[in-house]
Amino acid sequence: MAVVVRIPTPLRKLTGNQNEVREEGGTIREVLKNLESHYPGIGERLADESGELRRFINIYVNEEDIRFRDGLDTKIQPGDEVSIIPAIAGGAK
Amino acid sequence: MAFREDQISRYSRHIILREVGGRGQEKLLSSRVLVIGAGGLGSPVAMYLAAAGVGTIGLVDMDVVDVSNLQRQIMHSQKTVGIPKVLSGARTLERMNPDVKVIPIQERLTAENAMDLFSGYDVIVDGSDNFGTRYIVNDAAFFLRKTLVSGSILRFEGQVTVLEGYTDAPCYRCLYPEAPPPGLVPSCSEAGVLGVLAGTIGTLQAAEVVKKILGIGELLKGQLLLYDALSMTFRKLRVPKDPKCPLCGPHPTITTVSGSSEWVCQVPAS
Ligand SMILES: [Zn+2]
Repeated sequence: MAVVVRIPTPLRKLTGNQNEVREEGGTIREVLKNLESHYPGIGERLADESGELRRFINIYVNEEDIRFRDGLDTKIQPGDEVSIIPAIAGGAK
Repeated sequence: MAFREDQISRYSRHIILREVGGRGQEKLLSSRVLVIGAGGLGSPVAMYLAAAGVGTIGLVDMDVVDVSNLQRQIMHSQKTVGIPKVLSGARTLERMNPDVKVIPIQERLTAENAMDLFSGYDVIVDGSDNFGTRYIVNDAAFFLRKTLVSGSILRFEGQVTVLEGYTDAPCYRCLYPEAPPPGLVPSCSEAGVLGVLAGTIGTLQAAEVVKKILGIGELLKGQLLLYDALSMTFRKLRVPKDPKCPLCGPHPTITTVSGSSEWVCQVPAS
């Protein structure tokens, strides 16, 4: 089952400038694994060495942050939309 | 408070709005808003607040105006290149509306001065340019129980949210528990930013400030608004209060404002 994954601008260099890609997976963990296999390097931007999601990156399934669901094991239904949302800090300079 | 004749004219489009009225305009005139960062976001925020008649606007920024700022920092101009941003900004705002008192604070916001600087204001606006400052702003606003209207921009994307961690709403740490290490997520000028994006996001922040002061509508509390200028899409995501938040959760481990705002511009790693 493929879902749409929205890629934020800081990571689009790794997806050939695509702002959304389609990936297979029944959970977020599977989707991220497939994302890494298609776009090498993106995995380490999202998760640390132990495989935990980095704490300045949120992943949403539709409007919900997976931290408040089942984390990386959050299940995905057909038609769901996955968004990667990094903290950004620009504003004054 | 009685309006002068010129004020009735100046604010007439507010006063005729039932949700604002004379009472609301008085609230705006007697309110005090502190804007952190007198740059891309701070410019539209402060200019719209000044036009709206927000009585006191504090501007915090230690930098001077550089010609490379003018592509998006519309409070400054060719004539103010080289002078402190807070003074350049004060000049613009006071020219726009003599009812507004601008307090220029040419300092770096730090863990040491944040509580003092914030204490005299009703609403805090974050338009800063680095993560260190964002956590300091969040924590000080939380301890002083002030509404924080947060905005950030990068390249073609912006984020806006309203944080009131001292209520059942989340704080910035609920949204992003930790700052990225330098280099992992670009945080400033090297990444580039579409100039007009600052206007879009800053104007949305100003709208939230005005609504908060007037007590009207629904604030972006517990929600993150995302704007993508390239696809011209706005999306709202839910931001719950984190029960494990070290600041606003039930078992806090952060009890004072700390941390550094020193670390500023980082070039993206990839
Ligand atoms: Zn919190």
